[in-house]
Amino acid sequence: MPDQATNARPFIFEGRPAEDHWTMIREPESPLPDAPAIVPLAAWREEASNRQRAPLLGSDTELTPELAAELANAPLIAIDFPKFTDGRGYSTARLLRERFGYTGEIRAVGDVLVDQVFFLTRCGFDALSLREDQWLEDALQALNAFSRAYQPAVDEPEPLFRHRLREAVREAETSMV
Amino acid sequence: MYRYDTHDQTLVNERVAQFRDQMNRYLAGRLSEEEFLPLRVQNGLYVQRHAPMLRIAIPYGMLASYQLRKLGDLARDYDRGYGHFTTRTNLQLNWPKLETVPDMLAELASVQMHAIQTSGNDIRNTSSDQFAGVAEDEDVDPRPWCELIRQWSTFHPEFTYLPRKFKIAVTGSAEDRAAILVHDVGLRLWRDAHGEVRVKILAGGGLGRTPMIGEVVREDLPWQHLLTYLEALVRVYNQFGRRDNKFKARIKILVKALGVDEFRRRVDAEWAHLKDGPQTLTRQTVEDMQHHFIDPERRPISEEAIAGYERLRSENRAFARFVTNNVHGHKVPGYKAVTLSLKRSGHSPGDLTWEQMHQVADLADEYSYGELRVTHEQNLVLSDVAVDQMKALWDRLGELGLANPTVGTLADLICCPGGDYCGLANAKSIPVAHAIQERFEDLDFLYDLGPVELNISGCMNACGHHHVGNIGILGVDKKGEEWYQISLGGAQGNEASLGKILGPSFSRDKVPEVIDNVLQVYVGERLEGETFVETYRRIGLKPFKERVYA
Repeated sequence: MPDQATNARPFIFEGRPAEDHWTMIREPESPLPDAPAIVPLAAWREEASNRQRAPLLGSDTELTPELAAELANAPLIAIDFPKFTDGRGYSTARLLRERFGYTGEIRAVGDVLVDQVFFLTRCGFDALSLREDQWLEDALQALNAFSRAYQPAVDEPEPLFRHRLREAVREAETSMV
Repeated sequence: MYRYDTHDQTLVNERVAQFRDQMNRYLAGRLSEEEFLPLRVQNGLYVQRHAPMLRIAIPYGMLASYQLRKLGDLARDYDRGYGHFTTRTNLQLNWPKLETVPDMLAELASVQMHAIQTSGNDIRNTSSDQFAGVAEDEDVDPRPWCELIRQWSTFHPEFTYLPRKFKIAVTGSAEDRAAILVHDVGLRLWRDAHGEVRVKILAGGGLGRTPMIGEVVREDLPWQHLLTYLEALVRVYNQFGRRDNKFKARIKILVKALGVDEFRRRVDAEWAHLKDGPQTLTRQTVEDMQHHFIDPERRPISEEAIAGYERLRSENRAFARFVTNNVHGHKVPGYKAVTLSLKRSGHSPGDLTWEQMHQVADLADEYSYGELRVTHEQNLVLSDVAVDQMKALWDRLGELGLANPTVGTLADLICCPGGDYCGLANAKSIPVAHAIQERFEDLDFLYDLGPVELNISGCMNACGHHHVGNIGILGVDKKGEEWYQISLGGAQGNEASLGKILGPSFSRDKVPEVIDNVLQVYVGERLEGETFVETYRRIGLKPFKERVYA
């Protein structure tokens, strides 16, 4: 088995391996580099119009309408998973997409593991910055773990029960022909 | 009975493939113990005291005969020949081999079964009324609604890593047989003046370390909104439930901390955005789902046959005892629901051998249209037995040792697997159950006592529901020794209440005597027609305490 462990975090954007142009700076010290950097929300607020800065939301950040309005122009929004078992970020991402209509990149960072990428994607994360030791090919495969879903989410606007109704109508029409 | 379509089957098959891959990565060392844990428990796989344990979902307690046969096959081929029905109406196999679990899940998928979300911090198997669809006091058949909830909660992308486990119970009857007051969410389905289904929603009930009775969040939600409302409610819990302390992470702590009014306000604020969205149920969807649960074409039963059954009951004392205790009324005249007691000497409460699983499956085919139900009291039910076949069924059950006429009595106790199996337990529970069953074997005494619910848990997690037992027994650890704390006055159902601790705990050998003393106080103090819990509520804890600690 090849040793996958390197310092680079495997990165997936819109379902494909991609190059990550952003640096994560969890504890910013001034001056910040003149390059794209993801910084904690408070630091981002200090230069929110700088397109080289993106906000990092903690898993406990409450997404109020006021905050969502602030975030609307961010070049990307990173949501932190301090532990993969902390599921708050799933709700945050869905709210950003479904309630507040954010269309930019939403990136999962932190303890992001292969076996969470399917649900993360369903909830609206289009960028996945996996933990350093994760296997990229496993993660790509896990994106296709399921071919359908019962519930609507960001990837699928309708619940399965509405598809079933349409299928039943189609079948009825076919059988009449 | 719900039958999978290609969508359901595909999802379950894909789940098996996913878990097989996860198991392979774990065995190859590519997935750490800590990271594999949530994945395996979401597939029902625990690593217990002696061996792994696989908890198989029996959605809302409904089981087809061919499924029970398959469970018997699994117990025989992959385990030590028996299985254990739990208080959440699931089946646990206590000795599977870790690496064979993907094969077991594949076998389950072949009969439209799975172990999905039987553990983990996710939405668990929905439980319901064991007499759903046949109860005389039923306003709404809960099964189609349970299946809608099962589908909504299965692989919910947002709610797989909740602060803690989340259990939903549903009833549609006047008498609550699903313990909706002590679940994270309890649903009571009812009909308004126009005959439309409405849902009363309770939240924040639960047992465990901090037992609480659920509070009413909504009285009269129109049925169309069931899923959007649940989604809003669980979203509030996912965002605001505590994650810093495992013992304060259940929704009951959140409801208590916010107060039910503030909790309701937050849920309603969230729901305002989801209401009338794509998950709003349509009449056609509900009707299609109801079609899975239509009544069997029951053979009409003549007046003479019913009279013959009543005659036999008056003539045959043993048969009469069985009918009085184990046979429940049915909405169709001439039919009854029959409880098969899994409480008998020589077997742990709720256990069934693989042979018995096959035999009971045959009985379900012969006497009850091929369907069974599992109860949270750890028994099985044949829900559609014609009275003119009752005697024959009773004889057959007697041969199998499943006709103990003690359902609802002290002998029908609820008991978790305890320290004999469970890695969490502080103390053994099965030997306590056996000792009590042995001491109180006399049927006349049991009948004289009337309904007494005795529930045993081997630890604070309360899988044996000791808080809501009229008599509750809790195993505790005192300096490495097993002790037992007794509580009195708990109850399930519409008048659910939590028991009060009697006093200092006892060693195991003292427990039967303590129970005897408690019962003697009841027998001495009761008024005509008063049940144990009614007497307790009238006289309080003191007389019991004085007698037991005299």
